[in-house]
Formats: sequence, structure tokens, C-alpha cells
Amino acid sequence: MHWRGALRSLLSRPVPAAITVMAAIALSGYSVAHFPRSIMAFLLFQASILLLYFSRIHPWLKAALAVLTLGLLMPILGTINGYYLEVTIQVGIFVSLALGLNIVVGLAGLLDLGYVAFFAVGAYTWAIFGSPQANKFISEAWLKFPLASEWFFVFLVLGVITGAVTGILLGLPVLRLRGDYLAIVTLGFGEVIRVLANNLDKPINFTNGPKGITPIQRPPLFFQPFLHLLGIEAPPTALYPLYLYFLVLLIVGVVTVVNRRLENSHIGRAWEAIREDEVAAQAMGVPLVRLKLMAFACGASFAGVMGVVFSSKQVFINPESFTFLESIGVLAMVILGGMGSIPGAILGATAVTVLNLQILKGLSLWLNELRNAGVTILGYNLADLPTQLEPAKYERMVFGAILVLMVILRPQGIIPTRRRTRELGAE
Amino acid sequence: MDLHLLIVIFPQVLLDGLILGFMYALIALGYTMVYGVLEFINFAHSEIFVVGAFVGVEILLMLKARGGLELLSPFLILLLLLVAGMAVSGLLAMAVERVAYRPLRGTPRLIPLISAIGVSFFLQDAIRLVESIWRNAFNLVYPTMDQLNHRFTLTETIDVSVKSVVVIVVALLMLWALHLLVNRTKIGKAIRAVAEDQATASLMGINVNRMISLTFLIGGAMGGAAGVLFGIQYSLINPYTGFIPGLKAFTAAVLGGIGNIPGAMVGGLVLGLLEAFAASYLSLLTHGAFGAEYKDIFAFSVLILILIFRPKGLLGEVVRERA
Repeated sequence: MHWRGALRSLLSRPVPAAITVMAAIALSGYSVAHFPRSIMAFLLFQASILLLYFSRIHPWLKAALAVLTLGLLMPILGTINGYYLEVTIQVGIFVSLALGLNIVVGLAGLLDLGYVAFFAVGAYTWAIFGSPQANKFISEAWLKFPLASEWFFVFLVLGVITGAVTGILLGLPVLRLRGDYLAIVTLGFGEVIRVLANNLDKPINFTNGPKGITPIQRPPLFFQPFLHLLGIEAPPTALYPLYLYFLVLLIVGVVTVVNRRLENSHIGRAWEAIREDEVAAQAMGVPLVRLKLMAFACGASFAGVMGVVFSSKQVFINPESFTFLESIGVLAMVILGGMGSIPGAILGATAVTVLNLQILKGLSLWLNELRNAGVTILGYNLADLPTQLEPAKYERMVFGAILVLMVILRPQGIIPTRRRTRELGAE
Repeated sequence: MDLHLLIVIFPQVLLDGLILGFMYALIALGYTMVYGVLEFINFAHSEIFVVGAFVGVEILLMLKARGGLELLSPFLILLLLLVAGMAVSGLLAMAVERVAYRPLRGTPRLIPLISAIGVSFFLQDAIRLVESIWRNAFNLVYPTMDQLNHRFTLTETIDVSVKSVVVIVVALLMLWALHLLVNRTKIGKAIRAVAEDQATASLMGINVNRMISLTFLIGGAMGGAAGVLFGIQYSLINPYTGFIPGLKAFTAAVLGGIGNIPGAMVGGLVLGLLEAFAASYLSLLTHGAFGAEYKDIFAFSVLILILIFRPKGLLGEVVRERA
């Protein structure tokens, strides 16, 4: 505990804090640039961003540093190693999913186990019309698909709308259910959406079934003429990752702001009242039906919009991307960070995604190298290790362990909300 | 529409539905007993079920490697599998309760459910890990036993395999034994008392924690037996096999009225029959437009409809609302 106290006192004084944080970001950024293949370096870089969040420096300086790090340093590092950018985009997608689920589970206390269904609805909305797929049920004479890539922005809005509508459609029949029954029904709903996506290739081919849809239009490079004027010539393959990064960053920013505003509004208060005690909330005049539907709609719309981005990023989607595993993954992110806490959801999403994409994969690679090299530990030749043993395949174990351990040992999460800290602080 | 065909396949579909239904009923008992006592959905029960199936396949494979399959009578082997599967699954369910649910008693209702989901996911990969290290494979196949696979023909269109009869008989015996245990013994009475009111039960000198452990043991053992039967009937298993049957069995428990033991049996049978008929008649009735792949959707729709129109289930007791 000693070093923690020292770190805290260092970060709470403005000037040393600012220097520490800047040094941490610069050093870790430099090490990432220098060792582009090192996972450790990138993890340190992420940790330095976390340090920035926790440090008590002037808000303007903090904002400036954040913009500098995320808006300039990260893209530069991303051009050095494209995989970091890919990881960061994934993190961004999951951050907005976690923020959306945080509204439903964290604020309103409605356990939704089929959350990825809304993500799927958003993704399929753009996938069907942003690819030749739509011509399989709409005559080519009437309209030729895929739609032009400019339509992508229209579909971002449509993603929000279809997400919200699906949320309300799910919410309406299950409003009367409570707690665990609601959880099971939402789980069933998630499965129904996946099974539909898997089987709606006949009698009319809407989703192309398990084969999935490809190629899906990428967002338009509307800024290419400007780049041309500036004398920058870059091939689209180099531009897209950066472009998607900024797009995701923008959406995450918007989602975070919307979340913050909602949390402190009377709607957010009402949601928390419902979470704490439904009967009491109703007695206080909280309109239960409307607010529960709103929670579902808000949460679902975040997932819907990210679904559109996801399908255009992947170029190919199939029902395998929208399994129950994904829903639980997002739930694990929310629980890890702390239910109802916005920074918590962001941190949880980052931690779990990085764990999945980098640490587990890294362990797998490392184990494979050891196996191939035939290293012997304590008289046991690692080449004899079973080939099925691959850490990257055990994400369920990680999610499961996170859920159980967090719920038992630290139910308020890593970054609890202030109200929770006060409630549980007495222990 | 080929009406003749519909009638001809009817008895076979009925039989398939019954087998499926008894399987669901056995699994549903685990859900319903725990719910009756703790008002909590033991989401990890589907993995308890799978563990039973894996214990069965491991014993069979070991026997096969030593040539024991030909030596011993298949019914003796079956008994051995059932006992082993029930013991391991029951003890595992007890251990899970001790580690992951007991510390959370008294917290808001969603918290133990989240823990149970965590346990479920953890166990899935734990089984996979163990099997990967042990056999370097986790998709396992039950070795066939010729005497169990023997089919005898009843009429031109119906034939019954020995193993189907075994599944139904074993399930019936277990359900009957459970019925006796819960309704005729002192232990059963104590369990019912704890389900009714924990505080009062403990004032009457009942060790509540022990009764809750016992509930998990019995429910888990039923799940383990169902796992072994599942393996014998459908032969292919992997660590993730349990998810869908688990969900269906939960649906069956809700259908019959959760917390109600006869309800779980009735619910299981009804759901099994519905599903078997949906699987074989849906495509016939819609001329192939919607096939058997929609049977899962069918089961979930049933669940949603019951919860909306008859949340207490077919034989349900009044569900108390606790704020």
C-alpha cells in the first residue's frame, strides 16, 4: 500500500502530477514507436492514459493532453504499427457498447443478456443495403445496390433509429417481467435474432444465412480532395484505418457526452430510482413504462450506430459475430468497471478488449514459440504440450472469472460511481 | 399438403418428443429445486449437466481402452456411468454453491445471477482445458454399445431403439425417486420448509445451509444423470453442448411453474413434445419455407408467451413479489 500512497500524493499535486503524466505518456509513446512489436510497450502507453485520467491537474491541461495523446500521438503510433490502431478501433467499438449496456444494466438495473442483438441489427442494416445483398429481394430494375458510400452517414442515423425501435419492440412485451425473468427473455431474444440472421436466406434471401454478407461499402473518403490540395497522396488502404479510428473516436466522444448528460438529468435519476426500488419509484411518480422503454431504446441505439460502423469496418459480417459470448463479454466490461459508472465502463471495455486481443493472443504466440523451440522446464519438454492448449481460445474462462471475482470481491467495480462509493464505503 | 405423411410419422415424432421431454424434465428439476429454495436462476446448471456427460464419456473411453465394453453387461456399465455422473455433478454443484453463491446471499437479486453466468462460462472453458490437456480433443463421441443400439420394429413405421427405452425408464425411475425423497422423507420435509421460509425453518432447528447444499447436490445429481443419458442418446458432446438444452430446460421449468417439482416434469414433457412436432412438422406444413432450424425460436417464443400471459406457469404457485 505504500507505493500507492506515494503515487496518490504525487498525482494530487498539480505540477508534479502534470510532469509525471507528460513524462509517462512521452516515454511510453517513445517505447511503442521504438519497439513496435512489443505488447508491453503498448500496455504501458494505455496505462499512461489511465494515469492522465486519475491525475489531479488543471482540467484544461488534462483535456489538451488527452486531445494530443488520442488525436495525434495514437494515429502516429498507429501508422508505425497498424495492429495497434486495429486494437484501438475495437476498443472504441466496445467502449460504446459498454456505455450503452451501462445505461440498461448499470443505471436502470434491467439485466439485458441479449444486448449484442441490437449491435447485430445495426450491422445488418448497413450490410444489407451497403452491399449487393439487397438486390436479392429488391429488383435491380427498381434500384441498384450497393448504395453509394455517401449513404453511410444516413445509415449511421438509421442505425440509431433501428436500434432504438428494436429496443422498444423488445421492451414492450417484457416490461412486466422482473429481474431474472427479464434476463432470460432478453437472452432468448438475442438468440432469436442470431438464429433469424442465420436462417433468413430462405424463403427470401435477406441475410444470406451463415455465409454472411460481403463486400460491404466502406465510409466515403470525402476528405480526399482536401488532402490532394495539401499535397498529401495516400492510398485508401492506408487512409481507412486512420479514418475509422477518428470516426470511432468521434462516436465514442458523442456517446460519452450523451451518457454524462443523461446520468445527471432527471431521467438518469429516475432510472437509478427504478434500479434501487421499483415500487418506491412508482410511488414517487416515476412513470415506469416510459422510462424503462427509454432505457432500452437509449442503450440499443448506441449499439445500433456502432453496428453500422462495425459492418463497414469488417467489410464482411456473418451471424458468428453476434453470439451470446459477445453479450456476456460486454456485460463483463460493465461489471468490471463498475455498474453505472461511465469511466468504469470505458476502462472495463478497454481492459477486456486488450486482454482478449493482445494479452491472450500474445500468450498463445509465446506458448507456440516455446513449443516449437522444444524448451524443457523441470524435465518436461514443452513440445509435448497438447496442441489444443491455446490461451487465446479461453476468453470465456476470462469473462467468467471476471464476473465471479468482481461480484464477490469488489461489487462496486474498479471505478465505482460516487454514490456507490458512499453506500459501500462504510464497510 | 401430404396429410398421409403427417399421420404416418406421428408415432415416431411422439416418441422422439417424449425422449427429449424426459431429458428436459431431468435438467429442469435442477433449476426448479434451486429456484424453489433460493429464488435464483442457477445459470451454471447447464454446465453441471455437461460435466455429467463428460464423466460418462471418460469412463466409457477408459473401459473401451481396456476392453471392458465387451466384458461387462451394458446395463451394469450404464449403472456405473449414472452413479459416477450423478456423484461428480452433484458434488460440483455443491462446490459451486459454496464458492460462488453463498457469499452473495442477501445481495440484490441480479448479483447472484451474474455470478452464476460467470461460473457457467468459467466451467465451459475449464472442461475444455481439462480435456485438451488430457486428450488433446474436446469434441468427444460416446463409444457405441451394440446391445443399446439394437432397434426393434413395432410396426412398419415405428422402430424403437433399446437406448430410447433405457432413457425413458431411467428418467421415470429418477423422477419417482425424487418425488419420494421430497415428499416422504424427513430431509424432503426440511428442504420444503427452507423453501417456504428460511428464518422460520432455522428456528425449527433445521440447518438451512446444509439443506441448501443438499438441494444443490440433488439437483446437480439429476443434471448429471441427464448428462449421461444425453450422451448415450445423442452421442456427440462438447463443453458448449449444455447451453441450448439448459435454456430449454429452464423454459420447461418456467412453463410448468418454477419452484414446482411436478411442474418441471410436466413442463419438460410439454416442451419436448412441442419441439419435436415443430421440428418435423414445420417444414412439412410450410412446404419447406421454414425448416427444423426454427425449433429453437419456437421454444423461446413459447417462453416469452408464457411469461407474458401465465407467469406462474401451468402448475404454478403464486410467485411472491419481493421488493
